[in-house]
Amino acid sequence: MSGSHGMPVGTVALELAVLVGAVVVLLWALFAPRRLQGGAPVLAAVSLATAAVLAARQLAGAEALTFSGTYSLDGAAVWAKLLILAVTAVTVALSVAWLRTDRRFGEYFTLLLFAALGAILLAGAADLMELILGVLLSSAASYVLAGYHRTSRLAGEAAIKYYLLGALTNGLMLYGAALLFGVAGTTTFATMGPVLAALTDGGGWTVAVAAALLVMGLVFKIGAVPAHAWMPDVAEGSPAPAAAFLTVAGKVGALVVLARLFQVLPEAGFAWRAVAAGLAAATMTLGNLAALWQDDVRRLLGWSSVSQTGYALMALACLGRSALAVPGLLFFLAAYAFANLAAFGVVIRLRGLTGRASYSGLARARPALALALAVSFLSLLGIPPLAGFVGKLALFGAAIEAGFTWLAVVAAVNTVVSIAYYARVLGPVYFGEPSKLLAEETPVLGPPPPSWWARWATAGTAISALAVVALGLAAEWLLAAFAGVRILP
Amino acid sequence: MLLTLSLVVPLAGAVLVAVWPRRTPERDARTLRAVAAVFAAVPLVLLAAAWARFQGTGGFEQVEHAAWIPSLGVGYTVGVDGFSLPLAALTALLFVASIVYPVDRKGREREYYALFLFLEAVSLGVFLALDLFLFYVFWDLSLVGMYFLIGVWGHGTRPERARRSALKFFLYTLAGSLAMLLAILGLYLSTEPRTMDMAAIIAQQPLSADHVGGGGGGWLATLVFVGFAIAFAIKTPMVPFHTWLPPAHVDAPAPASTILAGVLLKMGTYGFVRILLSMMPETFQRFAFPLGVLAVVSIVYGALVALAQGNLKRRIAYTSVNHMGYTMLGIAAAASLWAGDVAARSLALTGATVEMVAHGLITGALFLISGSVWARAETYELSDFGGLASRAPALTLLTSIAAFASLGLPGLAGFVAEFQVFVGGFGVYPWLAGIGLLGILITAALFLHLLQKLFLGELPERWREWPRLAPLEVAVLGVLLALVVWIGVYPRWLLDVIESAATVLVAR
Repeated sequence: MSGSHGMPVGTVALELAVLVGAVVVLLWALFAPRRLQGGAPVLAAVSLATAAVLAARQLAGAEALTFSGTYSLDGAAVWAKLLILAVTAVTVALSVAWLRTDRRFGEYFTLLLFAALGAILLAGAADLMELILGVLLSSAASYVLAGYHRTSRLAGEAAIKYYLLGALTNGLMLYGAALLFGVAGTTTFATMGPVLAALTDGGGWTVAVAAALLVMGLVFKIGAVPAHAWMPDVAEGSPAPAAAFLTVAGKVGALVVLARLFQVLPEAGFAWRAVAAGLAAATMTLGNLAALWQDDVRRLLGWSSVSQTGYALMALACLGRSALAVPGLLFFLAAYAFANLAAFGVVIRLRGLTGRASYSGLARARPALALALAVSFLSLLGIPPLAGFVGKLALFGAAIEAGFTWLAVVAAVNTVVSIAYYARVLGPVYFGEPSKLLAEETPVLGPPPPSWWARWATAGTAISALAVVALGLAAEWLLAAFAGVRILP
Repeated sequence: MLLTLSLVVPLAGAVLVAVWPRRTPERDARTLRAVAAVFAAVPLVLLAAAWARFQGTGGFEQVEHAAWIPSLGVGYTVGVDGFSLPLAALTALLFVASIVYPVDRKGREREYYALFLFLEAVSLGVFLALDLFLFYVFWDLSLVGMYFLIGVWGHGTRPERARRSALKFFLYTLAGSLAMLLAILGLYLSTEPRTMDMAAIIAQQPLSADHVGGGGGGWLATLVFVGFAIAFAIKTPMVPFHTWLPPAHVDAPAPASTILAGVLLKMGTYGFVRILLSMMPETFQRFAFPLGVLAVVSIVYGALVALAQGNLKRRIAYTSVNHMGYTMLGIAAAASLWAGDVAARSLALTGATVEMVAHGLITGALFLISGSVWARAETYELSDFGGLASRAPALTLLTSIAAFASLGLPGLAGFVAEFQVFVGGFGVYPWLAGIGLLGILITAALFLHLLQKLFLGELPERWREWPRLAPLEVAVLGVLLALVVWIGVYPRWLLDVIESAATVLVAR
């Protein structure tokens, strides 16, 4: 279905649904009266649901490239899009109560939908221009989401850091894309692959530099070393629901397109396996070591997100050498996404309490929230039978099979190290006496929201935690679905 | 169905206890304990039925299977054989004993009993699992359960001490289990077709010489062996991986110490037999002598350090290191394929397994006794005690039986085990067994010293009103120690079950 004339609009129906939804939400936010602003998240949810239905239908369809080969409908892309849609839906639920006093309540959901659209475009991108489009769209929307609390110093700092780092890496990425286009004569991955493979030495320095610059942009999106510095700041400073979204959604899309890119780059010119393995090791180690020093739970979650990116990068190093690489990547991303959402959900329900010390005794004050936090952290650690364990098992297996046993050992050591900081939060939650703030149920940031608004956040947290457990126990369902998935071209 | 039920019922009980409605604290405590005891006793009954049905064919019996993750070759498979059946039964018995034993639950009854029932389910799962993935799941869950038990209900000079011991236990043993995860993956990726099923892997022997070439497999087999060995050596524990044990034991509440010593430690030695000895015997043979040396070091070092302890619970904790050394000596002797004959090796392996059962009962009883002491005295220092025989005759009798059983007095279970281990060991590694005998000598000294310090001599002023043992405590300890005596006097019923598997395993 690579129609060279006419536009096969039907293949991008779900992207259109999200786009139209975003515009409708924007119009609603601009023109609806104050008391009807609550319709914005509802409209956003409707658009996401429509897109999800369309994506599910695409699952049953053939894996192919569309729009002259620039956009991919392969299994990995569709599953990634489904995951992004699910993450966005949960974020909408988590955001409703948090932002209800904000004057720009409705526009937030527009930006959320645009950021999701950017990530979705990334997941399906099979062309350099699509890739750049996806990165820029998701980045532009994300910068604003990060700084949405306009009077907060922390949010402003997070947004500026995010923007500056993004601007730098995206600029480098554009140079790299231009260079690569110059060498290959085409921007489409499918046609680029054979051209690059035919070059002597894999194109030598030009291809290597071009690829490195291009990869930098994606490295920023996934939050890997060396473009990782924004993640802890965003996790700490931006609105908590936005932080939950930003630490998850962009990563999913960018990892899929990075896998796609790696598959077409010639190994002789750009040793992408070694690069992926090296980045994986560096990212997971740095993320873990930095998380050890954190006393702020949100910053800790940000650094832990960095280290989880490192684990996910392991799969990219094993592409093509292990049948477990792609299923492992997708499963790990799903497990990580829901675990992160559950953890942030707990943070959102405990609005204003972010110090490690104030979480002490949570198990006696709010046992359900403590359980959700425990499930989330244990899954991020990789304790069976939670979803995170199956994901890590698949990744370790892929690494060993692909000949990267040293990487699996590094990952195992890092997992042991990560126990320290997860236990430093979980331990006091279960072993400690309730902190003053928890005991008095003092709301720290303004009056508590009306109960039906807050219920959405609770529902979002509960669904994420349940998903972590369910995916772990019923892992076969997803693994069987991922087994035949391809990454085109 | 029997075996799956014995896993599901405690889990269901855990959930039920966790949501039990609140009434008055005293009524709650009694009701919850009774409910938890009933749920804990169900697996004991089911396993007794399984024992009655056991035929001793040498393979896996009463296997129950369901598909779980076929894409990864993972299935839910449980079953018993001569090694796992006694250990599973021991687990169930110790859990019933620990749940009914009186201890300070710090007002958090529901969580305590729920956690205990959960821990029972996953501990039984480790012994009954016949699939590597399932084994790993239950192994890690047992760590999580014990971590919370020690952290919340532990006692120490300061409250953070219990949490620190819990964290040290968790970190150390989880590090080991991650090494085991890599080893499991290495083993799994060598199987053809890919499977995690233990019976299939035992039949395939994927890392043997015919598959990978070179005597006992090349570097992959070595790495896989080392990964498993580290995990099991930490759990057993063997010197030098034992440093997590004393703090965890001392700071845990008495019933949790009993489970730690009686059940969790056995998982390490069971792993050596079930996974390494069955699936990689050629590789094990290469490492048998070094492991034997480490075992003897554990025996002698554990006994010597125990002798030096002035703290009752720490002393008992170090004797665990010593006794697990006997078990490891027996396993190492059984693993050597070229030295000694089949009969000696089979004897050593049987002795090792009997030691596992005996140690579980004996040291379990000793830790429960130390719990009774703590409840009455709030101290473990031996120098604080003396002359208790006049005030607490039942305590004296029970402690003496346990102490003599631990040092290996003939007529009690410890002797049966140690006799078999040493006779078998002499047939394979005479020098190692000879040095190991020193351990028995030192253990005798330390236990006699313990009895003397606790029960003989002058009764200090503050123990004039030492309360007697409650009937419940006497009953529980009585059951455990009666079993010890019975095994010591008439061990045939236990040996038959174990030998059915041991003889088959070493003859391969």
